[in-house]
Amino acid sequence: MATTLTPILSEFWDEPESWTLRTYESHGGYQALRTALARKPEEIVDLVKASGLRGRGGAGFPAGLKWSFLPAPDGGPRYLVVNADESEPGTCKDIPLLMASPQTLLEGMVIACYAIRAERAFVYLRGEVVHVYRRLLRALEEARGAGYVGRNILGSGFDLEIVMHAGAGAYICGEETALLDSLEGRRGQPRLKPPFPAVAGLYSRPTVVNNVESIASVPSIVHNGPDWFQDMGTERSTGFGLFSLSGHVKRPGQYEAPLGITLRELLDMAGGLRDGNELKFWTPGGSSTPLFTAEHLDVPLDFESVAAAGSMLGTRALQIFDHTTCVVRAVLRWMEFYQHESCGKCTPCREGTYWMTQVLRSLEAGEGSPEDLDKLLDVCDNVLGRSFCPLGDGATSCVTSSLQYFRDEYLSHLTHGGCPFDPMESTLFAGASA
Amino acid sequence: MPFTDTVRERLSADAREIMARYPEPRSALLPMLHLMQSEEGFVSGDGIALCAELLGLSTAEVSAVATFYSQFKRRPNGDYTIGVCTNTLCAIMGGDAIFSALQKHLGLGDGETTPDGKITLERVECNAGCDYAPVVMANWEFFDNQTPQSAKALADGLRLGEDIAPTRGASKVCTFKEISRVLAGFSDGRADEGVGAGPATLRGTELARERGWTAPSAPATAPTTTGEQEG
Ligand SMILES: Cc1cc2nc3c(=O)[nH]c(=O)nc-3n(C[C@H](O)[C@H](O)[C@H](O)COP(=O)(O)O)c2cc1C
Ligand code: SF4
Repeated sequence: MATTLTPILSEFWDEPESWTLRTYESHGGYQALRTALARKPEEIVDLVKASGLRGRGGAGFPAGLKWSFLPAPDGGPRYLVVNADESEPGTCKDIPLLMASPQTLLEGMVIACYAIRAERAFVYLRGEVVHVYRRLLRALEEARGAGYVGRNILGSGFDLEIVMHAGAGAYICGEETALLDSLEGRRGQPRLKPPFPAVAGLYSRPTVVNNVESIASVPSIVHNGPDWFQDMGTERSTGFGLFSLSGHVKRPGQYEAPLGITLRELLDMAGGLRDGNELKFWTPGGSSTPLFTAEHLDVPLDFESVAAAGSMLGTRALQIFDHTTCVVRAVLRWMEFYQHESCGKCTPCREGTYWMTQVLRSLEAGEGSPEDLDKLLDVCDNVLGRSFCPLGDGATSCVTSSLQYFRDEYLSHLTHGGCPFDPMESTLFAGASA
Repeated sequence: MPFTDTVRERLSADAREIMARYPEPRSALLPMLHLMQSEEGFVSGDGIALCAELLGLSTAEVSAVATFYSQFKRRPNGDYTIGVCTNTLCAIMGGDAIFSALQKHLGLGDGETTPDGKITLERVECNAGCDYAPVVMANWEFFDNQTPQSAKALADGLRLGEDIAPTRGASKVCTFKEISRVLAGFSDGRADEGVGAGPATLRGTELARERGWTAPSAPATAPTTTGEQEG
């Protein structure tokens, strides 16, 4: 049977004032919190573990397991920090979720904090989305007013304070330990792991860092049970997720579906590619995941299958590029991004992204030589696995995969003496008089 | 220009309010720098000194943080930042054409401000609106599916002081100083303005409704923790 969509997080996004507490409550909002508060915190951790929910921020680490890693309470503070930095190129799910229904995240946070016995929580939102920050501030105000946040929540004796924190523009702050440094008021640079945040996180105290969508999925799991969640998705990639289609498709947007759906199925729902155009390459999970091509249309989009096919599920950020797109231009632009966002802490990433940008620039201009392609792979070898954090590794993905599938296109820049593509043809307004 | 006593007192009071939100005051530094921008339109030496003084840090420590983050400006910013996404997907979908059209139209390079102090033009990185590419941000509000013409009209309107509504955002684009104050954590009462979602956000929701697709219904029994554990 063909996979169909499962609107859960996105169920009522089209309602007027979807972001208000009133709308959220009219769709069963905060019922799951009541269920949770009637049970022991450990039971909620077990329930999330049993659901198989894996982190939705890219790495796919089991959420319940992460929660269970916190050491036993010692009387000192413990924290939940929600990662709302969403800056991986192509990733565009958390921001629309927060704009349309911030209460879903808040309910998930209250439940998660109860489960891990944290009395303080933070949302670290990237600073470049001011209206989403307004919605978060307002949602918190409403939730506090209704007694869902604050002292003695719903008479349970559980207290929780939440702070909405706006960052100030730095991709690396999405990496969880850099995020913690940033939240402590420092430059956002990754920390050495171990110790992991579960043991020594914010202010060196036990801390859980989870992605927005991970935490927003928790109320539905608590409400419907782990079996319900496991009925969706695949054996080891359970549940549902937001699949974000962008680029050269007729109807780009958010499609909430069970993990394991294929791009072919999603493209069908999205009306296919722009008229008459062919799929050339796509990212399964953002710019840090190796490119796929039309050969991979039927790869089930779950953690295992995407990895087996040579890439990563990442954030389900499906950036679709058709045959009007120059892959060298695409890769160069991503590399400029990684160079710009490299925090500079370690040499392989700082120098590697710099060199790769130089080489790609000259190739794109048709000025390099065929040996430059091997030079690129060489640099990738020196960055991958040798960088301090996964930003460096991620920077190599687009280079190695594009060379694997499109080596000839790199070479054609050299024979052509520049880019053989017309950039206007790939734009949204192609054909219109610009 | 050093802060007058009144301004200094007002900023200090706001900064203390920010510091009180956190278990450790230093966590307030990023919002405090947003606060300084809300006063001066950038982070000046005086702004840095005030943050340092209030947090008991050296000015060098505060500077090191301020220079790390791209939203903090070291020179007076225009009233409106127009940020064109030129990361790969938006660039290819038209962001590059939009940026060069704006450059020519405004006579500005990347990061430069019009002589009247109204508009600062910037390239920005992916802003999590890829399903609306090409995206332009005006003072960090979304302008979706832009073209060179629409972006030029946006710049002209802002320059003339018109109220312009973003595609997804407040009912008008506020000034750089105003939104900097919001980012410091002070509500401006505009959260309920604008839409909850744009058309791309709703594609899946609407398609599911049209085809009658829903999530599985909840089991009749109460949730248990005895579901089969995945390996
Ligand atoms: C360079 C870099 C950027 C990242 N950006 C984000 C991000 O914006 N949002 C996010 O949730 N996780 C991001 N991550 C992953 C986080 O480090 C972390 O794994 C995640 O927040 C954990 O939450 P989860 O288990 O719920 O997915 C990033 C990782 C790296 C290396
Ligand atoms: S890999 Fe890059 S981003 Fe990560 S620590 Fe090293 S320099 Fe910084």
